[in-house]
Amino acid sequence: MITAIINVSLKAGVLDSQGKAVHHALDSLHFEGVSDVRVGKQIVLKLDTADKTKAMTDATKMCEDILANTVIEDYKIELI
Amino acid sequence: MKVSILQFPGTNCEYDTVHAFKQLGAETEIVWHKAESIPEDTDLIVVAGGFSYGDYLRSGAIAKFSPVMKAVTTYANNGGKVLGICNGFQVLTEAGLLPGALKRNDNLHFISKHHTLKVENSDNIFLEKLSNGDVVNIPIAHHDGNYYIDEDGLKDLKANNQILLTYSDENGDVKNPNGSVDSIAGVCNIEKNVFGLMPHPERAMESILGSDDGVKMLEGFLAS
Repeated sequence: MITAIINVSLKAGVLDSQGKAVHHALDSLHFEGVSDVRVGKQIVLKLDTADKTKAMTDATKMCEDILANTVIEDYKIELI
Repeated sequence: MKVSILQFPGTNCEYDTVHAFKQLGAETEIVWHKAESIPEDTDLIVVAGGFSYGDYLRSGAIAKFSPVMKAVTTYANNGGKVLGICNGFQVLTEAGLLPGALKRNDNLHFISKHHTLKVENSDNIFLEKLSNGDVVNIPIAHHDGNYYIDEDGLKDLKANNQILLTYSDENGDVKNPNGSVDSIAGVCNIEKNVFGLMPHPERAMESILGSDDGVKMLEGFLAS
């Protein structure tokens, strides 16, 4: 069994309104030294395979097909 | 004239759409998302508004894999006319039938109000009853209506007259409620047979309810 941890976030250059709102909230709470905030989502998959290459290929296809909208989002896959 | 209107779990504008097209004298049929084909004599498919699949993952992301969407794609690729309203627009961008994507509104709020729109390109069947520069008053009701397209994509939209409508004030000057690139409210594909917009023309059919400007828009489909 392999766990794929997928992080999906808006591409650099695409304005992240949620990130901006959270940044503003952090400023209001006087947390200093935060230069930027990006909000994304995490999708965790349990994959029925022990083959990391297959797991990466499958997870990549899932990201391209549905888990991310590559017009506006990037994704990163981590296997554990 | 026969209009087939798609219904996914969570769609909630299909009956408004039926009402609007019946008012214009069209025959209508609601098509459940599990249908694998489009009714044979269909002249127009409408992907109606709502919250297909609860907007889970992203608005429109899961609906694009419904059985009916394969039939819609084939229909569109054969030149059939398709109109996506609100969530329907999101579904069509997710399905790759229209360029760009819809993001969360810049102010993070769900926006529900009448908004004026400027007609950018009327050289298509959808807006042929209107003229470039006309201003129409149509309700908007969305959380994810912030249209995004990259710079190259935007150049293509402009070069091919694919921008249908932009958010404006009542004089036609830019007024952008949700952060959309170039204030874009609706676009079409390059072949001009697939149309999508966030505002709801089917909710602007009677002046007693605030506006009947939707009539001039939807009528375009009946004339052709």
